[in-house]
This record gives sequence, C-alpha cells and structure tokens, in this order.
Amino acid sequence: MAKTIRIEHVFKVFGDTPERALALASEGWSKQDIVAQTGQSIGVFDASFTIEAGEIFVVMGLSGSGKSTLVRLLNRLIEPTAGRILVDGQNINDFNDARLREFRRRDISMVFQSFALLPHLTVLDNTAFGLELAGVDKPTRLAQARAALAQVGLEIWAKAYPDELSGGMQQRVGLARALAADPAILLMDEAFSALDPIIRTDMQDELLRLQQEKRRTIVFISHDLDEAMRIGDRIAIMKDGQVVQVGTPEEILRRPADDYVRNFIRGVDAAAVFKAGDIARKTQVEVSEAPTRGCRPALKRLQDQDRDWGYVVGLDHQYLGTVSGDSLRAALHGHEGPLGLAHAFVPGIAPVPAATPIHELIGLVAQISAPLPVVTDQGKLLGTISKNTLLKFLDRSTDAEGRPLPSTTPTAAEAAA
Amino acid sequence: MADTANDPWSSASAAAPDAANPWATDTAATSTPANPYAAAPPPEGSDAWVTGEAASSFIEAPASAGEPGFALHQLWDGSLPVQDWINQGLDWAVAHLRPFFLAVRGPVDSLLGGVEAAMQYPPTLVMIGLLSLLAWQLAGGALAVATLLSLLVIAMLGIWPDAMVTLSLVLTSLAFCVLIGLPLGILLARSDRVQRMVRPVLDAMQTTPAFVYLVPVVMLFGIGNVPGVIVTIIFALPPLVRLTNLGIRQVRPDLVEAAKAYGASPWQLLTKVQLPLAMPSIMAGVNQSLMLSLSMVVIASMIAVGGLGLMVLRGIGRLDMGLATVGGLGIVILAIILDRVTQTMGQPKRDQSLRWYMRGPVGLLWRARRPAAQPVAGAADPAAA
Repeated sequence: MAKTIRIEHVFKVFGDTPERALALASEGWSKQDIVAQTGQSIGVFDASFTIEAGEIFVVMGLSGSGKSTLVRLLNRLIEPTAGRILVDGQNINDFNDARLREFRRRDISMVFQSFALLPHLTVLDNTAFGLELAGVDKPTRLAQARAALAQVGLEIWAKAYPDELSGGMQQRVGLARALAADPAILLMDEAFSALDPIIRTDMQDELLRLQQEKRRTIVFISHDLDEAMRIGDRIAIMKDGQVVQVGTPEEILRRPADDYVRNFIRGVDAAAVFKAGDIARKTQVEVSEAPTRGCRPALKRLQDQDRDWGYVVGLDHQYLGTVSGDSLRAALHGHEGPLGLAHAFVPGIAPVPAATPIHELIGLVAQISAPLPVVTDQGKLLGTISKNTLLKFLDRSTDAEGRPLPSTTPTAAEAAA
Repeated sequence: MADTANDPWSSASAAAPDAANPWATDTAATSTPANPYAAAPPPEGSDAWVTGEAASSFIEAPASAGEPGFALHQLWDGSLPVQDWINQGLDWAVAHLRPFFLAVRGPVDSLLGGVEAAMQYPPTLVMIGLLSLLAWQLAGGALAVATLLSLLVIAMLGIWPDAMVTLSLVLTSLAFCVLIGLPLGILLARSDRVQRMVRPVLDAMQTTPAFVYLVPVVMLFGIGNVPGVIVTIIFALPPLVRLTNLGIRQVRPDLVEAAKAYGASPWQLLTKVQLPLAMPSIMAGVNQSLMLSLSMVVIASMIAVGGLGLMVLRGIGRLDMGLATVGGLGIVILAIILDRVTQTMGQPKRDQSLRWYMRGPVGLLWRARRPAAQPVAGAADPAAA
C-alpha cells in the first residue's frame, strides 16, 4: 500500500536560463560557482535519496534551504528542471495532466503550514474536497470525510466553518482532508510549525498514532530538529538546496556529516533521543551465579581487579543483582563454607530497560552509588551506566562515545575527508 | 430614421478627402482653402462642431505643410492629420460594416424589448409587490420594506413607466456587462500578458468622455434605446472586469496550491475555489457596474433613450427644474435600492442550514409545500415573473 519514492539527481533551477546552470552542474561545478556564474537561483541541487515505503521521512533545513521546493517536486506542484522522481518505479515526470491529477487525487496528498482550508466550505466539505475533485458521489464522499474527521477526533465539528476552529483543530481538519482519500503518500509541509508547542506535540503524537494504525509513506518538512528527532524514522538535512546528510536520528547525532550538521544538532536535546542502551558500557566486573562460585571467589575477583561493584548474571546472562566488596564482606562475616551470591545483593539497585530515554536516567543515577545496570527486554545485562559516563554524554563538547569533538573550524584533514 | 440622419453626414465627410487632395498640391494657398468648406452649410446640427473642427485643422495645417502626403516632420510639428484619419476610418466603417453592427443590435434589441415589456406589462402596484418580494428573496426582509416604500414613492411621483424603462435599460446593460465582463475578468486573471494589453483599453473606456463615443455609436447603430444600452455597457463594463480580475488574483495562493495539490483541474480550480472566494469582489463589481449604468442614463437620453434620463434632459432644456428634479429623484431612488440589494448579495452567507429556497418568500412557499414532498418551488420564485 505505502509507496517508495526514489529521487535521482533532481535539480530545480529558478531563472530564465536553467540549461546553462545544468550544463555547468554536469561539468562538476559546485553550486556556489554556478550561482555566481549564471545568476540563476537554485532551489534544489542534485538531490538523490530514497524514501522507503511506510516510513516517516523528515526533510530538515533552515528557511531557504530548498526543503519546501523539494517536497513540491514530489507532487509536481513545481516541475523539476532535471532528474527523475520515481514513485513505486513510475516516473511521475512522465505523467500527462490527466494522469497527474489522478495521481494527486488518489495516491498523494498534502498538509500545509497555513492549513489552506477553504473558508467558504464547512469542515466536512473541506475534508471531502479531494474526493469531490475526484468525482466521488456525494453520499460516499461525505461518509469517507466523516470517517476521516473521526480519525482526528473532530466529527462533532463537521458543520462548523474553518475560522470557527483553533489553529490546532484547523490543522487536524487539514490532516483529515489529507487522509480522506486514503493516500499512500502524505506530504507535510511544515505542517505543525504554525502551532504552539503543546499543540504541536499533541499533533506529533496524533501523527505517530495514525501511522501505527496504517502505515503510509510520510514526507515531513520541518525546521525544528527536536520535532524531526521525535517523529522521524529517517532525516535528510538540506543546506542551500543540497542534501547534506540522510540517516536515522541517531546516525545524524552520532556521526554528523559536516560542520553544518554539527552546528545544526548542537541545540538538540540528545538526552531525549538517545536511550540507556546506547550509552551502557561493559566495563564493570560480571560474576556468574553458579553453585561452584559463591561470595568468596567473587570477593577475591573484586579485590584482585580493585573494583567496588560486581554484577551478578545467571546462566543465560540474565541480570540477577549487584554485589559490592562491602556487601560481600558483610555477608561472609562469621560465615563458614560457600555462600550464595544472593545473600550479598545490595538492596535498592533496580535495573533499567535499554529503551529508557537518557533524561529519565539522571535521577536514578544520582540516587544510587553503583553504576546503573541496564538490561534488555529479555532481562539480560547489557552494561552499566556510571555517573562518569552520563556526565560525559551530557557534555556537549564530547560526542556520544565520550570522545572530545573536533573544533568547529574544519581542519585540513577534515576538509580532505 | 437613423439611416436618413446619417446619410447626409457621411456624404459630407466623404467630401473631406477630396478636399484635402487639391489642397495638398496647392502650396501657395494659405487663406483660401478653408473657405469653400466653411462656407458649405453644416448638414445637421450635431455635425456642425465636427466639421468645424475639421475645418480648423485645414486652416492651421498650411503653414507647415509644403509637400504632398506624409512627411516625417509632421510627427512633431502637430500637423499630422489624425482627425482626418479617424473621420475617414469611421466613414469607411459606416459604409462597409453597418450590416455587422445592425446584427449586433439584434440580441441587445430583443433582450431589452423583452425586459421592458415584462417590466411595463403588470399594473404598477403588482409590479411594486413583485419587486419587493424579489428584494426580500435576495436581500432580506428589512430591505424589502425599504424597497416597497421607495417604489411607492416613485409611483407617487407619477414616473413609474419612465422608471421601468430606465430599470430595464440598466438591467439589460448589466446582463451584457456580466456576460462580457466575467469571462474577460477571468481571462485577465489567468494571463499577465492579456492583462497588460487590456488594461489601457479599460482605462480608455472609463475615462473617455461619453460624448466622444456617443457620436460614432449613433453613426454605427442609429439612435434609440439599443445604442443607449451599448454606450452604457462601454462605460459600466470596466469596473466589473477589474474587480473580477482583482478578486481572482487576490485568492490566497496557498488555497490555489492546495486545490492543485488535491488534483483540481483548471475548471475545478476556477469554479470551486477562485470564483466562490472572489465572489464578494465580483459582486462589488456588479454593484459598481449598476451605479455607473445609472449615471449614464442622462447622457444616454441625448441619443433618444427614453426613461428618467429623458425627463431630466427635457427638464434642463426647458428650464423646468421640477421635471428635472423629479426625474433625478427617481434615478437616485433606483440607485439606492439596486446598491443595497447588490451589496447584501455580495456578503458571503454562512447559514448552511438554510438553502436559498428555504429563505424569504420562496422559503414560505417551500415550507407550506413541504408535506407534499415537492420541495422545489422554482415556479413560485418571483424572479421568474
């Protein structure tokens, strides 16, 4: 149902002589040189990437970076100057007018930053607008529109006019209008940018919920990186019409392609994006709970390695508990013979699931003295997070691995790379 | 009658080019050439000033004109015989294109005749009632009462038949203005090039003094109500075209983009988005067209158009201020009624629960007939009367 979009070497040149700019581009000139040489304005410069079926693909960039142009190329509101755009293998630039209208009516719909609801139509008629254009008969299209309004929770407002609704509700209508024809592709052009932060978060949740109900290919334009990180399966970062980097939110945070991206992500709340599992390290002593190895060998290992804490795992690496030198000594005090490790567990240390966002860890790490054990969904020990690790991660001058970041002025080695 | 009026005129001006030829070769002549022309008695009162002007150009010209035909210096020394060219062009049009113009007369004539007959056929009080009901349907109850009272005043003034002639003239002009102006305005909104070409024409139509085209219109169409309608159309058309154009261009571009993104064809874009959203502006254009039509009524009466305008003209001619004022009052009352009704129609209506046939007098009938499960009451619409 959902469709794949392939974008291959797409250019959009605004100006009188796009051919010249394209000729220079094919000779390998850089964008800046072409702009200086021809005076043409370049909206999109050699964009190539694939949007997978059913993912939320966020196109990020500052204003003027060409992201709105790019998304309009996907439904040909703007015609590309060169390059191919394939939707499930079909080149949409080959469509004639009738086929293009058909494509827009059935397969692709759009949500606008300004909502773009028709003021002279009711909410219901606005929602049914696309179906009306497609020539769907009235009872069917009104029924479909009501269903779409129900999906966004606005069915009681069907008879109202757009200007009687709040901004958030208007954009829900915009979303319902886009969903009414049940398209495979949803283009969202800064759809939530005009909304205030709380409503925006609501709408993002709404979108994620709708996406769980039925997977569509969603191309989401945004200038807000937090939003992109929150809803995007993958993100493309654009600068001056060029796609600088495409990747998952994590990839972009971990390995920014260049200084532009690095500057871009500087303000991002990485703690909201990364999970406990991302920063857990296997640096602590692990001791296996086995009949032959009790407290005494465990204490000896800790003393030999000069460590304070030991993490007890079962046979299939299941996390069982945490012991410390002190707790082991206390358990062994006045005891003869082998003693199970369970007697020496330090109370109050609960493992956290790997999917816990890092900003929720700060309190937990602060409460206990031991490094925090992190477990998988199956309860296996993944590693631990010490105060040290967490602080290094939260420090913006180091990368996610805790290594110092290179300075923002590119070195010769970096430029070569 | 119109033909006989024009014949002597066209033959008189046909002589003009002949007169020009001997004159152009005659380099020595400075004071004599105009004499035979000026001495000829003007064939008709209305022509006197035209021939007089033509004669004056002859008097001025010789000082500089030395060689035959067109000379370059004529471009700047003011001796270019533009007036002659216009007169000759018009003569040619009168001689050769009259059948065409008389054919154009046909549809205007029949529509005007029909409207006028319909307006004048019912007895005065019946017509007042029907028009008030129409105002109720189109613009609501309060305005209907005002219409009723205003029309009663017109009837009281004893100018009802004249008012109906004027009203039918104005409504016929409006019908043609909408017929021509709406598509033209849409065309202008679609293309910047067309707009650049047509706008000066619209400027000319609006600013050229009506007397300038009154004469050629009479020469081409004769006199009477039909050329009156045509003169009125020339004057009243531009605001409708302009405001239609403006209204469509002012539709928010993101709405147009949204409609396109949802697969609207150009026709769907026009009918479902642009025209509905431009409607207040278009109705303002209709309103302006109506007002300008009414302001043309007096001028049009100079070419034998009947109605209130003729009353005013006659009153002025006889220095009968009472007659002129009564006619003027009638025009003002009609203008105010038409203005208010069209303005109210221009306001977007929100109340979706009430369709047009559920409102006003038709709504009453509709509700009365509701149990019969035949809701459409088109036959009872006063507009059909």
